[in-house]
Amino acid sequence: MRKLSRLRRRKITAPVLLFLALIVVGNAYAFIGATVTTSGATASNARSTMVDEGRQIFLRGCSSCHGLNAEGGGIAPALIGVGAASVDFQVGTGRMPLADMSQQAMRKTPVYNEEETAALAEYVATLAPGPAIPGAAQLTYERDGNTAEGGELFRTNCAMCHNAAGQGGALTQGKYAPTVMGVEAKYIYEAMITGPQAMPVFGEKAITPAEKLSMIKWIKAVESEKGLGGASLGKVGPVTEGLVAWVLGIGLLIGIAVWLTTKSR
Amino acid sequence: MKPARERIAGSVANFVDERTGAAKFLKKSLNKVFPDHWSFMLGEIALYSFIILLLSGTFLTFWYVPSQEELIYEGSYVPLKGVKMSAAYSSTLDISFDVRGGMLMRQIHHWAALLFLAAMVAHMMRVFFTGAFRKPREMNWILGVALITLGIVEGFLGYSLPDDLLSGTGIRIAQAILQAIPLIGTYAAFFAFGGEFPGLDFIPRIYTVHVLLLPGIMLGLITVHLMLVWYQKHTQYPGPGRTEKNVVGYPLLPVYMAKAGGFLFIVFGVTAFLGAVASINPIWVFGPYTPTQISAGSQPDWYMGWLDGLVRMAPPIETYFFGKTISWNILIPGLIVPGIMFTGLALWPFIEAWATGDKREHNLLDRPRNTPTRTAVGAMAITFTIVALINGGNDIIATHFSLTINQIMWATRISIFVLPPLAYVITKRICLALQRADRDLVLHGRETGRLVMLPHGEFVEIHEELSPQEAFTRTSHEQLAPIPVAAIDANGVRPKGVLKDRIRARISKGILQEQIAKPTAKEKLELGGGHH
Repeated sequence: MRKLSRLRRRKITAPVLLFLALIVVGNAYAFIGATVTTSGATASNARSTMVDEGRQIFLRGCSSCHGLNAEGGGIAPALIGVGAASVDFQVGTGRMPLADMSQQAMRKTPVYNEEETAALAEYVATLAPGPAIPGAAQLTYERDGNTAEGGELFRTNCAMCHNAAGQGGALTQGKYAPTVMGVEAKYIYEAMITGPQAMPVFGEKAITPAEKLSMIKWIKAVESEKGLGGASLGKVGPVTEGLVAWVLGIGLLIGIAVWLTTKSR
Repeated sequence: MKPARERIAGSVANFVDERTGAAKFLKKSLNKVFPDHWSFMLGEIALYSFIILLLSGTFLTFWYVPSQEELIYEGSYVPLKGVKMSAAYSSTLDISFDVRGGMLMRQIHHWAALLFLAAMVAHMMRVFFTGAFRKPREMNWILGVALITLGIVEGFLGYSLPDDLLSGTGIRIAQAILQAIPLIGTYAAFFAFGGEFPGLDFIPRIYTVHVLLLPGIMLGLITVHLMLVWYQKHTQYPGPGRTEKNVVGYPLLPVYMAKAGGFLFIVFGVTAFLGAVASINPIWVFGPYTPTQISAGSQPDWYMGWLDGLVRMAPPIETYFFGKTISWNILIPGLIVPGIMFTGLALWPFIEAWATGDKREHNLLDRPRNTPTRTAVGAMAITFTIVALINGGNDIIATHFSLTINQIMWATRISIFVLPPLAYVITKRICLALQRADRDLVLHGRETGRLVMLPHGEFVEIHEELSPQEAFTRTSHEQLAPIPVAAIDANGVRPKGVLKDRIRARISKGILQEQIAKPTAKEKLELGGGHH
C-alpha cells in the first residue's frame, strides 16, 4: 500500500494518468460518433443532399463570422449544438444574417427562403445534437392550450421584459425584448427553447411543452382582440395617455376657450 | 293683463323673494362682471372635469367592490377566465365588460382625471406667469397649490384601486417611498398597509380615502377657492380703460351664464369623446396584481411620471449607520425634491413680494415679458419637470425611438442640472428682447414694407404708428426700481439687520435692474411723427 501511495505522489503520475484518460475517452467518442454518422447517412439520401446544400449556404453566408466549421469567432458564437430550432428562428425571422453590428439583431425580411433555411438548419443540426424545430404536430396550442393558465405563465415568466401585454420592452444598453404580437407560434416556441440573444432558455423542466402551448394560446388570444375600449394608443400605457390628454384633450379645450372668448364682429 | 306664464313666474319669484330676500342678492350677483380672455377659462376646465369626476365616480361605486378577497374570475373576458384575483380587480373587469356603459364610464372617469390635473397645471401656469397670485390673492394661490397636491394624490389612489398589475406596482413604489422616511419609515409603512406588503387592507383603505375623504376636502377647498374669486373679483389684463379699481368685461347673466354653462357641456363632450374612442388604462391586459410579477414599461400617469423619472435617475446611494439604513436614492427624489418644489410653489407670492419689495394690491395682470425674472423662474421649473418626465418614460422612449435606456438616463441626469438654468437665461433674454421690441414699436411704429423715394432721392420706409390703445397696452406697466441698500450713516454705524437687507437688496437688483426702460411721452414727442 505504501508503495502505491508513494507512486501516486510522484510528479509524473498526474500527467500520465490524464494522458491515458484522454486516449480512452477520445477513442470511445470516435467510436460512438462514427456509429451515429453511419446510421444518419443510411437514413435518407435526400437528407444528406440537404445537409450538403446547407453547408454550402453556410460557407457562403455565415462562415465569415461563425467560422468555417461553425466553431465561432470573436464577433459570433459557435453554432455547434445550437440545434435546428435556433437556426430556424434566427434565419427564419430574418435576424440572421445580421444587418449591422448594432446591439441586437432585429426582425426583418428573411434573406433566405424556406428551403434554404431548412437546409441550413439541417446542416447545423448535424454538427451536434440540439433542440429540433417543433413540427405542426407539436404546436397544437389551439387544442391543448389553456388561455388563462398561459396568461399567468406569461406574466410570471415573460412580462418583466416583454411587457404584460406582450408589447415588448427596453433592456439595458439598447438591447430590447421585441414584441410577441404577430409572431408565428413556431417562432415563439423556438425562442423559448433556444433563448436567442438576451433571452434565457426555458427548458422542458422550467416550462413543460403543454405550458408553452398555453402561453402561445394566450398570446394569440391577446393578439386577436381588437379595439376593446377604443383606440389602443400603442398599448404602452400611461405615456401615450398623458400625451393624448395634453395634446388632444387640453389642446382641444383651449381651442374652444379661444373661440368662446373671441369678440363677435 | 299679463300673459299667464309671466304671472305664474312672477308669483313664484315673489314667493321665494319674500321668504329669502334672494332678489337683492341675485340682482347684485347676476350683474357681476367678469373679464373675457381664453386663459381665464383654464380653471373652468378643471372645475368641470371635477364635476365629471364626481358624477362618473359615483356611477363606478355602484359596481366596484373594494376588497382584496380572492376569487376565481368567471366574467366574460376570456383570457382571464379561471384566474385567481381580488374582488376589486374582478369587479373592475365586470364594470368594463359586463356592466352596461361601464367601460365608457370608467374611461370617462380616467380621462377626466388626466384632464383635471392637466387643466389645474395649465391654470396654475397662467396665474403664475401673469402674476395673478399677488396681493390680495396669495391665499387663493395656496389653496390652488393644495388642490393640485391633493389632486395628484387622489389621482394616484384612483389608479391604484383596480388592483391590476400596473396599479399594484405603483402601490409598491408608494410603500417604498414611505419606508424611505428616516426613522419612522418602516413603522409608517406597517401602519398604512396594516402589516407586511401587500396585506389585505390597502384596497379598502385607499377606497375610503379616494371616494370620501379627498373628494370631500377638495370640494370644500374648491368652494372656498371660487368664493374668494367672487369676493376679490377677477383679475384682468392691462389695457385702455382697465384700472386696478375696475373690472371690464361682461355680466354674469346672460353672457357668462351662457358661456360657462356651454363650456361645461363642451368639456363633458370632449371627455366623453375621449372615453368613447380611446382606450385608457386597459386593466384587462395587465392581469391581476401579484407581488411576484412585474411588467416591462410600467408607468404612472403623467402627473406622477416626473416623480417616477426623478426616482429612476437617482444613483443607488444608501448609507448605513447606527443600525439604520437611509435610502438616499428614494428619499431625495421621492420626498425631498418634491417637498422643496411644492413648498417653494406655495410660498412663491411671499418670496416674490419680499424680493421685490412690492407689497401693494394688484388687480391688473402682468404681461409675462414685463417680469422677466418671474417668467424665467417659471420656465426653469417647467424645464425641470419635463426633463424628469422624459426620464419617467425612458423605457418607452428607448424602444420607440431606437435609443438606449442608459443614454436617456445619462442625458436626463445631466440635463436636469444643465437645462433649467439654461432655460432661465434664455427665457430672460427673450423677455428682454420682447420688451425692446415693444419699445421700438411704440416709438417707431410698425414697419409697413413700403419704400418711398423722397424728392431729393433718399429712400425711406413708411412706418405706421400704433393706435393709442395698442401703445397704452405696451406701456401701461410700471417698472419697479431695485431696493436700495441701507447706507452706513455718518458715524460709521451699520443699521440693524444690515446683512439681511444687503442680501435682499442684492436679490432685488438681480430681479429688477435688467429691464428695458419703457418709452416716455417725451421721447415719443422728441422723435416727432415724420422722422422716418
